[in-house]
Amino acid sequence: MTTKLMGQGVQRVEDQRFLRGLGRYVDDVAVEQQVLHAAVLRSPHAHARILDIDVADVLDVEGVHAVYTYDDLTGPMAEPLPLLIPHPALTHGRTQYALAKDEVNYVGEAIAFVVAEDRYVAEDAVARIRVDYEFLPPVVGIAAARAAERLVHDDVPGNVGARLEQEVGDAKAAIARAPHTLSLDLTVERSACMPMEGRGTVARWDPDLHRLQVWTSTQSSTGVRAAVAVKMGLGLGQVDVVTPDVGGGFGVKINHPWPEELLVPMAARALGRTVKFTEDRREHFISSAHERGQVHHIEVGFDDDGRLLGLDVEFWHDHGAFTPYGLIVPIITSTQLLGPYKPQNYRVVFESLYTNTVMVTPYRGAGRPQGCYAMERTMDAIAAYLGKDRTEVRAVNFIQPDEFPYDQGLIFQDGRELEYDSGDYPASLEKIKALVGWDEFPAFQAEMAAQGRRVGIGLACYVEGTGVGPYEGAHVHIETSGKVKVATGLTTQGQGHATVFAQLVADELGCPFEDVEVVTGDTRRMPYAVGTFASRAAVMSGSAIHLAAKRAKEKVLKIAAEALEADEKDLQIVDGVVSVKGSPGTSIDLGTVSVLSNPLRYAFDEASKAATQFSVGDPGKPPVPEDEEPGLEGKDFYSPERATFASGMHAVIVETDPDTAEITILKYAVVHDCGKLINPMIVEGQIHGGVAQGVGGALYERMAYDESGQLLNASFMDFLMPYVTEVPDGIDVDHLETASPLNPLGIKGAGEAGVIPSAAVFAAAIEDAEGIPITAMPISPSELFTLRQEHSS
Amino acid sequence: MKPAPFDYRRPGSIAEAVQILAGEPNAKVLAGGQSLVPLLSMRLAAPAMLVDINAIPGLDAIEVEDGGVRIGALARHAAVLASPDVRRVQPLVPMALAHVAHATIRNRGTTVGSLIHADAAAEMPVVLSLLGGSVDVDGPSGRRTIPASELYVGPLESSLHHDEIAVSAFFPALAPGAGVAFQELARRHGDYALVGAAALVEGESVEVGYLSVSDVPTVVDLSGVDDADLGEAALAQLEPADDIHATAAYRAQLVRVLTGKVVRSAREWADQHAEGAR
Amino acid sequence: MSEELHDVRLTVNGASHEIRVPARRLLSDALRHDLRLTGTHVGCEHGVCGACTVLVDGEPMRACLMFAVSAVDHEITTVEGLTHADGSLSPVQQAFAECHGLQCGFCTPGFLTTITAGLRDNPQPTHEEARDMIAGNLCRCTGYQNIVKAVERAAELGSEARTSTTGGAS
Repeated sequence: MTTKLMGQGVQRVEDQRFLRGLGRYVDDVAVEQQVLHAAVLRSPHAHARILDIDVADVLDVEGVHAVYTYDDLTGPMAEPLPLLIPHPALTHGRTQYALAKDEVNYVGEAIAFVVAEDRYVAEDAVARIRVDYEFLPPVVGIAAARAAERLVHDDVPGNVGARLEQEVGDAKAAIARAPHTLSLDLTVERSACMPMEGRGTVARWDPDLHRLQVWTSTQSSTGVRAAVAVKMGLGLGQVDVVTPDVGGGFGVKINHPWPEELLVPMAARALGRTVKFTEDRREHFISSAHERGQVHHIEVGFDDDGRLLGLDVEFWHDHGAFTPYGLIVPIITSTQLLGPYKPQNYRVVFESLYTNTVMVTPYRGAGRPQGCYAMERTMDAIAAYLGKDRTEVRAVNFIQPDEFPYDQGLIFQDGRELEYDSGDYPASLEKIKALVGWDEFPAFQAEMAAQGRRVGIGLACYVEGTGVGPYEGAHVHIETSGKVKVATGLTTQGQGHATVFAQLVADELGCPFEDVEVVTGDTRRMPYAVGTFASRAAVMSGSAIHLAAKRAKEKVLKIAAEALEADEKDLQIVDGVVSVKGSPGTSIDLGTVSVLSNPLRYAFDEASKAATQFSVGDPGKPPVPEDEEPGLEGKDFYSPERATFASGMHAVIVETDPDTAEITILKYAVVHDCGKLINPMIVEGQIHGGVAQGVGGALYERMAYDESGQLLNASFMDFLMPYVTEVPDGIDVDHLETASPLNPLGIKGAGEAGVIPSAAVFAAAIEDAEGIPITAMPISPSELFTLRQEHSS
Repeated sequence: MKPAPFDYRRPGSIAEAVQILAGEPNAKVLAGGQSLVPLLSMRLAAPAMLVDINAIPGLDAIEVEDGGVRIGALARHAAVLASPDVRRVQPLVPMALAHVAHATIRNRGTTVGSLIHADAAAEMPVVLSLLGGSVDVDGPSGRRTIPASELYVGPLESSLHHDEIAVSAFFPALAPGAGVAFQELARRHGDYALVGAAALVEGESVEVGYLSVSDVPTVVDLSGVDDADLGEAALAQLEPADDIHATAAYRAQLVRVLTGKVVRSAREWADQHAEGAR
Repeated sequence: MSEELHDVRLTVNGASHEIRVPARRLLSDALRHDLRLTGTHVGCEHGVCGACTVLVDGEPMRACLMFAVSAVDHEITTVEGLTHADGSLSPVQQAFAECHGLQCGFCTPGFLTTITAGLRDNPQPTHEEARDMIAGNLCRCTGYQNIVKAVERAAELGSEARTSTTGGAS
């Protein structure tokens, strides 16, 4: 009997190459060849008209092969980049050009593209391009965007790209009737995904096959493929996109096509050479997307128990200079804000605003951290107002386990109803309280206070819509060697897909785990796919792979039954061998079944020879019967009705230094419910990483723009990503496994959860330690000190 | 982020290095390169030539001399930090070095290079200033000694001439009965300090050096100031500034907090070691 | 005017290589693009992230903060050189696999080289020392929890290996 691998902390197969230095990231591609390297001239100004670009000096530089500006773009390449996800409320959507046309709207916007012998020479050339600008006044920050004294785009009045309102019940009326009301004003600043590997693209045009081969560090190979084909006027079948190993994504690589993803293929085809672009760190700061910047105004009405009667939220979302990814982030904020609660009456309205800064697209959590922060700050404010324990106020507002599926009455980011599939929030609350020591904390706080030390505890709850559609597919191929080759189209950035998907296949097919090889993000292997975002890979591709493996298994059993002259129902597959239950001698291995599946007359190998002892097929019918295909394959797609809703709660205990206002994490606890776990080791790894990113976002990281739109901290010296010394020494994690009814495995997504409650939970804990309302995140010691000064005066 | 082109020389002697420098006004000396190379890669600096002194023999010496310890231009931070001689003669040096960046940077970066880079946010210039040390430089007209008080002339600017090369730094020994201490606060472990302070107490004399509160390493004489007033007395002579990581008021608060702490801790150090000596 | 090229002999993972590069060629680029040892990764090119950390005469250094021309006369070890000659993983590599000490794998080479040197100097680190050993390397995926565990596990594996070697010799 083989042990089920689902639920086991199986070691990752991909680690073997990574640990030996044999991973293949995009900058490693074609390293054996003399490839050409690209560099980009980026705008040094936040807002300016381009009067003239002089590239004459560039062509003198030895080793320069080409320089492109907007004027060199033709056909679809000269059109604005796609607006990937339009929305009726996005009345004034704007996207940039691959190379700036007439105007630049943020520091970092691509103006010219140089291709040279190496990156050094390409940068020399970029430095020689002269651009005449007419400076325009920049709009930086939400306040300036709202004031609209200056416009980012002349034809976008008020800098408002979109305004969207949703309402359930009558929030204003409910608040007016409520016995108690509060209002809050909250802000969250910009941050960014900041994967250790930036963006990168390599392209090679094959003049013999008339095909374009593209490698790119993306979260959507199929998306890039379609974009490149359209922009270059090629048939889809002429473009292959391979996503090699990717050094982290966290959202920023889901937006596409980035200008370089089009310019590199364009140059490769024009020059007949392999061309590579590898984004450097400074470029990543000023040209790859940011996220998080929002300002919220909240009105809430509640009863004596803290039960929400009405909630009215207005917020302003800074989407930067362009809107290539539509309204996904603010829509998620506006809907996922509700978390595990039943507000009864809820109105939310947001404006998505232009600023002369880098565009905003989803960053792990994708608007949820801000929504969670708004809701949880509100819960804390209600508890403080009523003098109640913060967990009690939350508990009275929870959706109860018997109320699922629970329809919040809103439309979610996928255009479907916001209907929670399952969850058990009261059980999570009990677990987190036990894990962090909630009930014991007041005694600890008093004990510390007696020593002159300030400690505080915070708690935050979230619900995360994961595994959104529309679909993913999978292809499972059992080769004649008995090895199982699996392909799914979405991409991998470190989540261990090759391991967890192999676990699912091994379980379903009864083959050895080691015999399964998973390929992701290669459009040659699976041309229909969506991408890796929204914590959807395990749910979507995991389910599709499970279904595809099931189909392959059905075929295995059918052929094996015939070969073994047995009934399918009597067969079992163990360790890659099909046998008759109770008669282990009557068996056939998967490789042989694979040979039998393909009535080819040639024997290439031992497996083929072995197969000749079995007779399959009816001599009275064609070798490949109707409704059958040669080969031992299974292919299927998974397309759920709606998202699954994972949930969880975080709690943190912090200490704040009375003199220096330094903030130290004493304990961090996580209760996490992503349904059935495929690989708990990998899920915990995702949580750890999310928590660390959350610590960064709450206490260290921000995009420091000055008034002129210059990013002042565009380096790892000044953008303060946590080292080990800044993250908690130990994260206590406990799981709940509330199965999702929506997919065959009962799973929900896990990728983003770790980062969602961070701003909320740290704000709560610092507020508890200090007795000062915390309404702006992130918070640094300097800012906490300023708050103390303001509060004491 | 790739450096602009430069000529490269790798002299085998100081004399040769000096000669090369004399012939190229826009040359930079490359020792550890841990501050210089990022500037080159970001193209914030583009010297015409780099004079790599790493092949010059003997420059990595760490030697105890009369009245102090001399550290050669190629002595890496890690070697200085690990040196028992340095620790014995002037314990403030390793105290501060432990805060210089991360261990990996200290493996390549040189202490003398850090002194000459003259960053007011760096630890070692303040230590040299507080201790009244000096740097020996070789140039066309021979060797001269620049006292710390004359070394730092502006932001990231030392008084070395373009054709001079720093060959060693001298840190005076800690006098018997004296005490030292170093503390700093950084946003992240290993970052440049928001504020750092080094104290030297010797009998009635109390001096504290500060990093990151001014454009140049700054030493304040706090002799005779009541313990309770140390921070304010220091602030009277300092003008902390705002940056993206901290307000001036917060830096002032850190000066208040750190000044008292380092002075107290330097006194404790002196007491402990005085007891140890008896 | 074309840039002057220098003949540089680099000794990497015990093998000697001759390359012809301009003086400004960063060691990280020389390793990756001239020697095609792409295991060394480049994450920031200003010395902060540590992804490019290699061992220079056994000591961890940032390959992005050295020029190839300055790396002559040194023995360089990259992540490719950590794997045993028979292809098996070193204790540090093995510990990373066991403890799930990596996700995307991009920062991993710098951690592996740094920890290899760290455990050589301090084979039995305390928990604090294990954390301190990796304090100069950035990872965006793991939250460091399992990397710290991997350091501690590698110390165990190293000590087991030493015990068995000693045992076999006696």
